[in-house]
Amino acid sequence: MAQTKRAAERPLSPHLGIYRMQITMLMSIVHRITGGALYVGTLLLAAWLIAAAMGERQFALVNQLFGHPLGKFVLLGYTWAVLHHMLGGMRHLLWDTGRALQPRSADMLAWLTILGSLALTAAVWVVGLSLRGGL
Amino acid sequence: MGSLRTPLAKVRGLGSAKEGTDHFWKQRLTAVANIFLVGFLIVLLIRFAGADHATVKHALAKPQNAIALLVLVLSGVIHMRLGMQTIIEDYVHSEGRKVVALMLNSFFAILIGITCVFAVLKLSFGA
Repeated sequence: MAQTKRAAERPLSPHLGIYRMQITMLMSIVHRITGGALYVGTLLLAAWLIAAAMGERQFALVNQLFGHPLGKFVLLGYTWAVLHHMLGGMRHLLWDTGRALQPRSADMLAWLTILGSLALTAAVWVVGLSLRGGL
Repeated sequence: MGSLRTPLAKVRGLGSAKEGTDHFWKQRLTAVANIFLVGFLIVLLIRFAGADHATVKHALAKPQNAIALLVLVLSGVIHMRLGMQTIIEDYVHSEGRKVVALMLNSFFAILIGITCVFAVLKLSFGA
């Protein structure tokens, strides 16, 4: 355990504080944040499923929470987080094959990730809401 | 380029953690699976989010939906546990706190996984 103390004192590479913000860097940060948010967000899916399994009363309560404007806002954020993390992940899978690593391609993919996630989120909600006849 | 390492050493070369590329591979495997599984979930939720109990119960009890949900939950919790493990290893430097955080990470993933699996199975098998 004595060694671990020394290891902790190693200098860390300079990162956030020293580099000019770039879109690839920002998308990397957002990928991690959305990942963390989805981790906590699994509670939402678990709540929906377990309430459905418990019974009508419990399910109505969860539906009511998700149907509240604040609940809807959280679900909207959850939709965007999952789609952003998915597109960001597909970008990583592409990079794993050694493709699109040049600055220009990497920048373009980063923009596609953010713009694509916003567009897809809008599409999902427009379709979902139109099926229900509005908010 | 000749390597000085023997084939046996190479095949045993699983690094200090003795896991080799296990973390990376499982992370990528579940990532690819999740693209399809989350796609399924989104379609399911577009159709059934906000629906009443009887409708949702009926939908989730269908084998094709239940099976896809079970696979999603399994793949999802493995993926999120690996991801959170990386986050913890990146930011929690104190050995004690790191071990506790990693344990809590596993507990959370297992609890979420079992909860969802139980719910889906209960809806599927009745009661």
